[in-house]
Amino acid sequence: MMEPAVPEHEYLRAQKKFPSVWCAGCGIGIVLGAIIRAVRALSLSKDEVAMISGIGCTGRMPVYVDFNTMHTTHGRALPFATGLKLARPDMKVMVVMGDGDALAIGGNHFIHAARRNIELTAIVVNNSIYGMTGGQLSPTTPFGAKATTAPYGQIEQAFDIAKIAEAAGASFVARSTTYHAIELDRLIARGIEKKGFSVIEVLSNCPLFYGRLNEMGDAVEMLKWFRDNTTAAPGKVASGKIVRGVLVDRDLTGYVESYRKLTAASKKRGGA
Amino acid sequence: MGNSPTTARRPKKARLMQGNLAIAEGALAAGLGFFASYPITPANEIAIFLSRALPKRGAIFIQMEDEIASLAAVIGASVGGLKAATATSGPGFSLMQEHIGYAAAVEIPCVIIDVQRAGPSTGRPGSPAQGDVMQARWGTHGDHPIIVLCPGSVQEAYELTIHAFNLSEQYRTPVILLADEVLARMWERVELPLAQVEVLGRLHPEVPPEWYFPYDDALGDVPPLVPFGQGYRYHLTGLFHDKSGFPTERLDEIDTWQQRLFGKIEGKVEQIARIEEEEMEDAEIAIIAYGSTARSARHAMKLAREENRAVGLLRLVTLWPFHDKAIERVASSVKRIIVAEMNRGQILLEVERVAKGRADVVGVNRADGAMVTPAQIMAALEVEG
Ligand SMILES: Cc1ncc(C[n+]2csc(CCOP(=O)(O)OP(=O)(O)O)c2C)c(N)n1
Ligand code: SF4
Repeated sequence: MMEPAVPEHEYLRAQKKFPSVWCAGCGIGIVLGAIIRAVRALSLSKDEVAMISGIGCTGRMPVYVDFNTMHTTHGRALPFATGLKLARPDMKVMVVMGDGDALAIGGNHFIHAARRNIELTAIVVNNSIYGMTGGQLSPTTPFGAKATTAPYGQIEQAFDIAKIAEAAGASFVARSTTYHAIELDRLIARGIEKKGFSVIEVLSNCPLFYGRLNEMGDAVEMLKWFRDNTTAAPGKVASGKIVRGVLVDRDLTGYVESYRKLTAASKKRGGA
Repeated sequence: MGNSPTTARRPKKARLMQGNLAIAEGALAAGLGFFASYPITPANEIAIFLSRALPKRGAIFIQMEDEIASLAAVIGASVGGLKAATATSGPGFSLMQEHIGYAAAVEIPCVIIDVQRAGPSTGRPGSPAQGDVMQARWGTHGDHPIIVLCPGSVQEAYELTIHAFNLSEQYRTPVILLADEVLARMWERVELPLAQVEVLGRLHPEVPPEWYFPYDDALGDVPPLVPFGQGYRYHLTGLFHDKSGFPTERLDEIDTWQQRLFGKIEGKVEQIARIEEEEMEDAEIAIIAYGSTARSARHAMKLAREENRAVGLLRLVTLWPFHDKAIERVASSVKRIIVAEMNRGQILLEVERVAKGRADVVGVNRADGAMVTPAQIMAALEVEG
């Protein structure tokens, strides 16, 4: 592969916006790095890329990248992005969300964006907890795990983000972790290129809350946990591990494409 | 009969039109490029009509999963450069509040049509009300400026919808068109071509991307908003932000932004707010009303005039920003003000605030889902202040 002309730091708003708001050892920055490398590998221009986020630690990501960026409201980044994508179908619109943002308050929008199969790239940074508000339980907190609002352990079952996306109709679903940064670059790039709704779930480390409350050690220990408890080759390895890689990849017509056809057909029919 | 003067004088094109359709037609005339909504009575006709009309024009109609998503999509489309709107009623309007605040703070032009029905809660879905007046003003959290317009006839629903889009672009702000069930669902004669109303587009900056900041007061009270994807890369956020759009905690930057945000609307009341006076020259009693209630008020005024009573009508076309000066003038020139509205006294509070006891202020109110009748208003004329 040819080395893209633009250096990586060109995608950052370096002059103004660093240091970041994130804690030392947070995984969100790794996801940001992977996104930039994916955009660079695809040789996209900064003008054609939009990054839309909701609210949360993950929601702060767009400040740092030199794209067209928009920090919206908690849970609603996908419908904002839907409007933008329909207005500017030529743009690559990616949406970054935390697990609470995407699956609790934004759960309804998530399944409907997938059902519509709208041409957006949704990147869900899943740290299994609410980071921004102080470690409360999230819809992806595993059964039994601790959170500041689940001091005796979570008694609800966790959502499987990838399965929801698949059942709701997304074209592309993949999973990786902050330990597997290079794999993540490629999955994000494939998601951006894919026609239709693509979801990339990234298991991420929040040492401040999830790690501390569940005695997982520091950021490095959490990354090691991702290394040891996930697999990209589920067939060959003993089960019980979390599966990484491309989970769904199917050719379905996206919403923007369907709408374009509908417009053409309605014009032909004429009348009032 | 064929050549009788009555037929000849009739304008060439007169049409019977429903209020909701006039709103939809007005939106099209204004250049609507994007409409997103969620079904609700009594606003449904707007979406049903637009779902057919917009694709033919290459414009976008989308039914979203709820009203929160509808307004989010509208704001997103506006950031993409399209004139965008949504339409709803009470329960949906309640759900939209967070995003009304977002659009006001981030300064994204958009139009929100609220066809008011009787509430709170599910209330009487097919019955009129004007109970959302204060919600339209203060429904979202935090102080913010807002423009709210209120049509009084089907013809005016058309014109004011265009005006709503113009104001939203001109002032870079959400504009709420506050209709009510009676006005939206009644059929009335409108004249075609419908009034030639000027259509304003989005403001464009005269500076190159390197010099552009989306909240730069050096670009004026209303800095232009360049759509995404045109080479002017910038950041938008609902957090308090500096002139470049990035979050800030600096009180001086927040102050500059707030001064401009409020100033651009509250400092321009005379330019923005429209008030219509009828028979006010010699009036000793003024009836203040808006929306379909103004029709009952006009009828009551005429009956009173037939009895040679000096009664005039002040119809509020713009509810917010509130035209304090116009009300002050009336309060200084009449003995009594009657405020008629289909709620328990929302604009009444504003009139009392401005009148400061200069005139006697009486409310004629109901919130049961039925219209205020001319008889109710007539009865208020009789009460000695
Ligand atoms: C409507 C609304 N409700 C609640 C909040 C408070 N809030 C801010 S961030 C957040 C959750 C953050 O968790 P998550 O989405 O998992 O993202 P993370 O911070 O972990 O990246 C909440 C509940 C809000 N901003 N808006
Ligand atoms: S609270 Fe957790 S998710 Fe948020 S910045 Fe800190 S480590 Fe990251």
